[in-house]
Amino acid sequence: MKVLMFGWEFPPMSSGGLGTACYGLTKGLSRKGIEVTLVLPYSSESDADFLKIIAANDIPKLRIRKVRSAIKPYMTSEGYSQSISRLPSQLSKIYGSTLLDEVYRYTLAAETIAEEEDFDVIHCHDWMTFEAGIRAKKKKSKPLVLHVHATELDRTGGHQVNQHVYDLERKGMHKADKVIAVSNFTKNKIMTHYSVPEEKIKVVHNAVDFSHYDDERFEINNTDRVVLFLGRLTLQKGPDYFLYAAKKVLEKEKDVKFIIAGSGDMERFIIEKAAEMGIASKVLFAGFLNPEDVERAYKMADIYVMPSVSEPFGLTALEAMKNRTAAIVSKQSGVSEVVKHCLKVDFWDVNELSNKIIAVLKYQALQDTLKENAYLEAGKFTWDIPAQKCVEVYDEVINKI
Amino acid sequence: MVSICFYFQIHQPPRLRKYSVFEIGHHNNYFDDQKNEAIIRKVTKKCYLPANKIILDLINKTGGKFKASYSMSGIVLEQLEKFAPEVIDSFKRLAETGCVEFLDETYYHTLSFLYSKEEFKEQVEMHNKKVRQLFNFRPKVFRNTELVYNNELANFVEGLGYKGILAEGADHILGWRSPNFVYHPKGSANIKLLLKNYSLSDDIAFRFGEKSWKEFPLTAPKFADWISKINGNGNVINLFMDYETFGEHQWEDKGIFEFLKHLPEEILKHKDNDFVTPSEAIKKYDPVGELDFHNFVSWADVERDLSAWLGNRMQQEAIKETYLLEPHVKLSKNPALIDEWRKLQTSDHFYYMCTKWFNDGDVHKYFNPYDSPYEAFITYMNILNDFRIKANKLGEIKINQ
Repeated sequence: MKVLMFGWEFPPMSSGGLGTACYGLTKGLSRKGIEVTLVLPYSSESDADFLKIIAANDIPKLRIRKVRSAIKPYMTSEGYSQSISRLPSQLSKIYGSTLLDEVYRYTLAAETIAEEEDFDVIHCHDWMTFEAGIRAKKKKSKPLVLHVHATELDRTGGHQVNQHVYDLERKGMHKADKVIAVSNFTKNKIMTHYSVPEEKIKVVHNAVDFSHYDDERFEINNTDRVVLFLGRLTLQKGPDYFLYAAKKVLEKEKDVKFIIAGSGDMERFIIEKAAEMGIASKVLFAGFLNPEDVERAYKMADIYVMPSVSEPFGLTALEAMKNRTAAIVSKQSGVSEVVKHCLKVDFWDVNELSNKIIAVLKYQALQDTLKENAYLEAGKFTWDIPAQKCVEVYDEVINKI
Repeated sequence: MVSICFYFQIHQPPRLRKYSVFEIGHHNNYFDDQKNEAIIRKVTKKCYLPANKIILDLINKTGGKFKASYSMSGIVLEQLEKFAPEVIDSFKRLAETGCVEFLDETYYHTLSFLYSKEEFKEQVEMHNKKVRQLFNFRPKVFRNTELVYNNELANFVEGLGYKGILAEGADHILGWRSPNFVYHPKGSANIKLLLKNYSLSDDIAFRFGEKSWKEFPLTAPKFADWISKINGNGNVINLFMDYETFGEHQWEDKGIFEFLKHLPEEILKHKDNDFVTPSEAIKKYDPVGELDFHNFVSWADVERDLSAWLGNRMQQEAIKETYLLEPHVKLSKNPALIDEWRKLQTSDHFYYMCTKWFNDGDVHKYFNPYDSPYEAFITYMNILNDFRIKANKLGEIKINQ
């Protein structure tokens, strides 16, 4: 079976869960003998990185085709305009002047690729690729599967939803033969806010790439307990709740450091807020981390907190758990549906979040039990499981046509 | 001749309210009175009252040939007095028939025997007094919390004046021997040991409503037939189970009450069968051999050991910390403080922290107020830390933090 897949990012040049998920999934599919041609955008800035992907590609059945584009996942229209304006003028002329123009440009390029390629099914990841998928389906009369890792409603927390993006998502979901949701949480969103019938949606929970665990100690561990936030500093990820909880924890516990890793449009706000609350010396900003440093950050941390306001899945929780870190995750997440050996809170419940952070810091037996069981549990989430479910979806849509 | 000995455990713990780390030192109420009351009322309606009525009718209908025995924790008796005194009244009527025996146990349904013999003895005495007060009955047979048992316990309990004791008929102890005889506990003088026939007991308690079971549906004639087949091959069949089996664990609409109503007449159809209470069983039958329970055995789970309460580090830590407070709590001579400490010893608190079956989604379901064992531990430890401060104030000796 051959799959034409439209993706957004791929390790090592990925910035979020989408790239990690794409990598894990294609690897799982490859092990099942499925051939995948993955179409990825690249910009001239990332050209070197792109070569790295191809060189480092350890997935035998995967072929990558690139489309030159300035778009990146998790980008807002505003963010796009800013990044374009920073480019030298001869370069910026290549790209569309708005994010949507650029997505359209990418779509046309992707359409050409689809024409050249031979495949049985189309698999698209998130909204920017949906139009490309629709066109490929029309051109080649092949079934279309949309994989929803996040909706516009998650990204914006329901505020200032971009109507064009929402429309693209909705159109894609209705044109698709099957929609894959990364959780029941997301499935419900798709049913409620995009009016997609339940039978058209299949839930496929994400997994985690499980490598050998190496223990590593850090200087900071000798003096402090470490509580980690790792994610984009955006409304969706709830870094502000992390900060409010930190304040409450610090009123009760000494020798704790709160590390915030990631970048995003709330970065300034969070830094200033930490200072304003008088906890600046206890809150460390690590910025955006590369994949190796992400692993090290998990190992450094005693507790990983994922206070997302709306988290379709939440791969970082599984990644923390596989690194023997006690995880506290928001109940408004997909991962909380499937993981047992972590603590769960409502994202808005700062009291309860602080209660749980303190409990894990204070009660060593709790921390040890959580860490050990988290490690064992995360090990069960291999990518073979979602890959198998995707194959079932492919079979279903291929047979239907 | 084969005798059937019914014994029912009745217990409801003093469930804790969610207690945050920020409440430590505030000495708020620890117990979820509302939930405890609601559960007592619910079980009263679904089980205690209808089941008691059936038992009373059976005794009357058979002219006293039907017998039953009960072990009710002091803590459930207290709650019944408070929230459902009609249940106490109906047990008084059962006591008046002379066909019902009450057994002793630790008042607070605890594992105190493992941690403090002195505390254990005091709780057994309290329980004995309570049963005498309420039912004008002086128990002579002992059964420990959840049938936790070993040689040493039998010996100790004999020293307290008991004539008989109950234990699980665990395969790894019995080997080729049958549970359907009276035994002599190793290391004791005259106390006699009755063993639960777990296979026949669980047919009623666990498998009765199980549609996938090959014996489904279990009828009174069928069960009576199994009993009669043991005739000549055993003296006494001990059917030990939670009283909540009737109407709560097994629902009325599955026919559990009808089964109970008809079982005695079916069993008594065979002239060689009769019903006995534990005291009658040990009077009637001599021990056929000695049994050596070197390690603790309980009736919980497949393991039949202590792992349901003490299997992980959280449980071990919580219970150890609790019993460390004993000298100080007792020095205070403050009855309210001592009562509170004892309510914290109730074994259910530790049972809720069990992680071993949590993986399979089979949380100790019945009446469990927590979403996860971790929540159970956090609430418990926050309360215990608050209690320690309280005990510090009231006791004369400072307790190490």
